[in-house]
Amino acid sequence: MAFRLKLVPDNTNIDFFRWQWLTFWGSVALVIASIILSAVVGLNFGIDFKGGTTIRTESTSSVDVGAYRAAVAPLGLGDVSITEVYDPTFGPDQHVAMLRIQAQEGDEAVTPEIITKVEQALKGVDPSITFPSVESVGPKVSGELIKTAILSVLAGVAAICFYIWLRFEWQFSVGAVVALIHDIALTIGIFSLFQIKFDLTIIAALLTILGYSINDTVVVFDRLRENLIKYKTRPLRDLCNLSVNETLSRTVMTSGTTLMALIALLIFGGDVIRGFVFAMTWGVIVGTYSSVYVAKNVVLMLGVKRDWGKKDDGPAGTQFATGK
Amino acid sequence: MLHIPLWKRIVIWGLCALGLLTALPNTFYTRVEKHNDAVTAAERAGFETEAQAADRALWPDWLPSGLVNLGLDLRGGAHLLAEVQVADVYKARMDGLWPEMRRALADARGEIGGIRRAPSDPSELRIQIEKPEAMAKAVEIANGLASNVVSLTGVGQKDIDVTVDGNQLVIRLSEAERAATDDRTLKQSLEIIRRRVDEVGTREPTIQRQGDNRILIQVPGIGSATELKELIGTTAQLTFHPVLGRDTDGNAIAKPGTVIFPSIDEDENGVFYTLDELPVVTGEDLVDARPDFDQNGRPAVSFRFNPTGARKFGDYTAANVGQLFAIVLDNEVISAPRINQHIPGGSGIITGSFSVESSTNLAVLLRAGALPAQMTFLEERTIGPELGQDSIDAGRIAAIVGTVAVVAFMIASYGLFGVFATIALGLNISMMFGLLSTIGATLTLPGIAGIVLTVGMAVDANVLIFERIREELKTAKGPARAIELGYEKAMSAIIDANITTFITALILFALGSGPVKGFAVTLVVGLVTSVFTAIFVTRTFVVLWFDRTRPKTITV
Repeated sequence: MAFRLKLVPDNTNIDFFRWQWLTFWGSVALVIASIILSAVVGLNFGIDFKGGTTIRTESTSSVDVGAYRAAVAPLGLGDVSITEVYDPTFGPDQHVAMLRIQAQEGDEAVTPEIITKVEQALKGVDPSITFPSVESVGPKVSGELIKTAILSVLAGVAAICFYIWLRFEWQFSVGAVVALIHDIALTIGIFSLFQIKFDLTIIAALLTILGYSINDTVVVFDRLRENLIKYKTRPLRDLCNLSVNETLSRTVMTSGTTLMALIALLIFGGDVIRGFVFAMTWGVIVGTYSSVYVAKNVVLMLGVKRDWGKKDDGPAGTQFATGK
Repeated sequence: MLHIPLWKRIVIWGLCALGLLTALPNTFYTRVEKHNDAVTAAERAGFETEAQAADRALWPDWLPSGLVNLGLDLRGGAHLLAEVQVADVYKARMDGLWPEMRRALADARGEIGGIRRAPSDPSELRIQIEKPEAMAKAVEIANGLASNVVSLTGVGQKDIDVTVDGNQLVIRLSEAERAATDDRTLKQSLEIIRRRVDEVGTREPTIQRQGDNRILIQVPGIGSATELKELIGTTAQLTFHPVLGRDTDGNAIAKPGTVIFPSIDEDENGVFYTLDELPVVTGEDLVDARPDFDQNGRPAVSFRFNPTGARKFGDYTAANVGQLFAIVLDNEVISAPRINQHIPGGSGIITGSFSVESSTNLAVLLRAGALPAQMTFLEERTIGPELGQDSIDAGRIAAIVGTVAVVAFMIASYGLFGVFATIALGLNISMMFGLLSTIGATLTLPGIAGIVLTVGMAVDANVLIFERIREELKTAKGPARAIELGYEKAMSAIIDANITTFITALILFALGSGPVKGFAVTLVVGLVTSVFTAIFVTRTFVVLWFDRTRPKTITV
């Protein structure tokens, strides 16, 4: 027999419910912690959601945050945050910093004068400085962007919930949605914990996490549906375990390949999309976890009606028959 | 049994070949881009220069030449979200209505007494009536001037609403007319912005209407958003006014019917001109404007009027020899020359403090026409071309490293079947690029992430199938049956899993903007190609291999 890399042994029989109180309530606790964290500490919203201006500076000489701050301070722009950006992909004489200027009070639109003033002030500190990107969002638009972002995440959850309900049973749909909320909450939580910039692309990442996590969950559900037909009398708990065990190899493989691709992007993809890729990487991890430990636990708690065969006298399993 | 009909095989291989062929131009990006640019330029001009012919020869004409558009974040450029101040137009309408209204009401002077325009909100017209008891008559006269709204939704409605407030007649645009006007204003603004951007000749600008009163402008390759704003943010309302006085007091209050505008000529710092409010001629009568030089060799703009404008201009100059007249651009006097003689023929030259650059810009703006309303900018982004290139390079390295890792992992786990999946993955990536090029999609930075993610997820369908085949092999049904069952049983999971991802991608596309939309497009395209390659392409490989070797046992 040829060599095969096997991350998961051929026949696993792990009882995934053994620690269910720990795993399930642990998840619940983490979700609550995330919600509290983002409510108390808050998210580090980018200009997409808060309005304001970010200026990316690049220079051949090293960044002196203090000097930058001193140069910008006399302009009286309120809260200006200056951070130096490090990245392994930068060249040796590539020094990058990000300036963020809050939205100016009373201005509905973007004021180019401020940007010009800041750029001139920084040129005074370091003549070799260039501005590879300058972005401004007025407070009017940022408010709308928040609304759209929240709406799109909700719409995503609702649409998935509806589809699962259509293809499976409502218990599965609830299980899937609980898992999704778990994933979103934990992702927002970690963004709040590390104060990573939260902007529009993170919303895109959140929606992708939704897609990925549901993908994982559906594979387990699909197997569960099949096993429910195959073993009509075995307890649901056993079947849940069996289904997860049977699909475990696939779950680990797929998460593995996706994570490999994402980690490559996280390391080599540059700092511009690092936040986005980080959200995605984290999402794949929690998404995989939630398919194994959250979604099916909910299904088990709700129970699945298994005597539908009696109702229509047809062969058991017609409701679960897949559209082949 | 494991059999794929011939026609199916032909379709599958055909689609793969098509994917490879349409993806091909992207591997020679700059070459093909030059070729395409040369072709468009030659088409526009109607003839081909030698340089263009050389560029065109860089890529054979018979090969597909569609490229994946690079988004602003990859190519560099400027992005603006502008809000058109549609209410500006209401004011212009009200100002235009006033002389007409005055005439109509003056005809009934005996009944309603004297009238005068009262100060009001710019979007309405308030007329004070001397005899309020005759208000009904005044309303009737005012209503007589209303006309029907010209729009699909506003059929049968009048364009103005006339109401009474004490002894004042209040005239406003009706709801339907406002909507119709807003729509017209937006369309005009879009058209003029498009013309102005086209005049500068950059590649593939995006100029889109967003919502009721917004315009999204994305111009790749332009230096900065500020530059873009100078080009499109100027209203460029050119007017010619009789000069009534010249002063250095900027605080003077204009008498009714006159306006005071500052001079922007460098030689006349701090000079203000009092002008007749009604222009003699406006920029609407211009047919051409181009950068030029005056007798002293200083940059200037020469212009030509249409026959109507030429007549008005000619008549006025004939009657006012020796007088000053002012050339006004957006409420600033560019210059106020003396009329030395009657100017027939309707052409002339504007001199002032121009540089070659500013005279060229003004000529562009005048030629493209004036914006009907002011714009404010709600969002602006500039991305430098170097940053974009850095992102492309980083994305490329990440994609290569990611792909190699995934491939190694797949082959180590599934052996020969892993090799099949790898070939399918290669085809999948080419088909993705092919499809993206064909539909003319825009690749953004998150889009690259989408591709890398697809690489990771594309193998999922294969993994599902291979795992299933492994399981079926355990129950010892013989290799052929196991493979068949593997595909069959994995299908429902593959379909459900991909449809749910598809749903989220659709939502991203519908609600997202810019880079997020680009990401959604790559995600959808990636889903389609990955499902196709997993279900059909690897299967064909497996079947071909199985038919030739007929193994008694297989290891997946």
